[in-house]
Amino acid sequence: MSDTASPRTRSAAWLTLPSLLLFAVMLLTPLSLTLMLSFNEYDAARGATGGFTLSHYAAIVSDGYYLEIFLRTLRIGLITTLLCVVIGVPEAYILSRMAAPWRSVFLMIVLTPLLVSVVVRTFGWSMLLGIEGPVNMLFQAIGIGKTRMLYTEGAVITALVHVMLPFMVIPVWTALQKLDPQVEQAALSFGASRLTAIVRVVLPQIMPGILSGGLIVFGLAASSFAIPGLLGGRRLKMVATTVYDQYLHELNWPMGAAIAVILLIANLIVMLTCHRVVERQYRRRLG
Amino acid sequence: MPRNGSFAILFNTLVVMFMLAPLVIVCLVAFTPENTLSLPGWTWSLRWFRKVFEHPDFVTSFINSLWLATVSASLAVGLAVPASLAITRGNFPGRQALEGLFLSPLVIPHLVLGVALLQMFARIGATGSFVWLALAHVVVITPYAMRLLIAAMTGYDRSVEHAALSLGASRLTVFRRITLPMILPGVSGGWLLCFINSFDEVTMSIFITAPSTITLPVKMYMYATESIDPMMAAVSALIVGLTAATALLLDRIYGLDRVLVGQR
Repeated sequence: MSDTASPRTRSAAWLTLPSLLLFAVMLLTPLSLTLMLSFNEYDAARGATGGFTLSHYAAIVSDGYYLEIFLRTLRIGLITTLLCVVIGVPEAYILSRMAAPWRSVFLMIVLTPLLVSVVVRTFGWSMLLGIEGPVNMLFQAIGIGKTRMLYTEGAVITALVHVMLPFMVIPVWTALQKLDPQVEQAALSFGASRLTAIVRVVLPQIMPGILSGGLIVFGLAASSFAIPGLLGGRRLKMVATTVYDQYLHELNWPMGAAIAVILLIANLIVMLTCHRVVERQYRRRLG
Repeated sequence: MPRNGSFAILFNTLVVMFMLAPLVIVCLVAFTPENTLSLPGWTWSLRWFRKVFEHPDFVTSFINSLWLATVSASLAVGLAVPASLAITRGNFPGRQALEGLFLSPLVIPHLVLGVALLQMFARIGATGSFVWLALAHVVVITPYAMRLLIAAMTGYDRSVEHAALSLGASRLTVFRRITLPMILPGVSGGWLLCFINSFDEVTMSIFITAPSTITLPVKMYMYATESIDPMMAAVSALIVGLTAATALLLDRIYGLDRVLVGQR
């Protein structure tokens, strides 16, 4: 970026015009419309009327029904994030210590499922966790007995961890790549135990990676739709599936819009925090 | 080089099994000869694959998805190449803000975009239109092309371009003969990544597809909420196979590790 000799021109700006036009029409306009809709009065007989109201937002913070859904989403998001940290961080560490061919082979096995449709992966979990599925067969074999797992929070969290784990492994792996293995080696040769070396030397250095991975996982898990839609059933609603119901079943669009706006703002806060973490980390390395 | 202990190897094995289990089971169940979701025993059958190809809805939605992914990936790359050029080469105010805007679909839940577009489409009468659906897909996949292209454009020696310019080549010639060949891996890698992401997109599409434009993931989602039979497994197995083939191609062209892990 620093080659000042290159002919940097102001006129290049017009090259962004087609994309800018597309994003104005297909992103900024619809989001503004939704924001406006969320303040619209709603009448069961006539739908969205023109009048201004804050009642949808008031309902979300006062009505126990919506509060429960938001709390459930928060809880599922946090548990998923915690599990991704507990599984993803050691896995990234183990991968980074593998010998040459295995390292990239296993890294790809862990990351490539990211490219397979979420619907396919969720369907796979619904078969694995089904009442006649392999997991239940295993449970019977070791004497736990058949357990109904579908349409429970456990099933939703399991599939979410599966889908989100790559997003945890990637930033931690990247942080580990920048780490000098000799520092850990030095700690070991000065008599630190393996655990001390990991906790005192490795962990502090990869903390920003864990933090940004955790924020991404939380943001994606809390706004996930297909997984709770297919594995949660009708009763176990999360924020995203509630928005879907408001729009396509209840036909209360203003209410759905208000929930969607809250989801969007919460998500932007989480993701921008993540961005700040990465930036600060980058600046510290330069400075 | 430090070695992993046996506990670490066991941990890795369990994680790998966890990651592969749902994909392996759909591929196995797809070959069952039974009428229920069950693992095939000694006899394997292709009857459910045949069922898929005889099911008009799945065939239509599959063709829709292929079309949609091809059109929107091409449009996204076509828009992202000039925009990334301007962002990496230009020197105008608001470059960073523009880059932020073009990457923003990565941090906007697809569900929110879906309901927002549903409302807009209803108002302008665009519901069920393939073109508008494709434009919506272009917005959500553009960031993937953009990230690869910006990395490709900042990561190479530009003295050749300067030489060509100072020898009197026109800007267009420089782009066609020098810049484009240099960023080609980024262009083709970006196209494939866009294709996969458009092909897989379900959460936004569920709100803005009509029966005539329904995509395969949306069709599968709808089907899975109503009934579950081995045909779902057969469709899933086909998707796993298609994704694996695309991933291999992506690996050849750009390097799967660079696409997934990223270099920024």
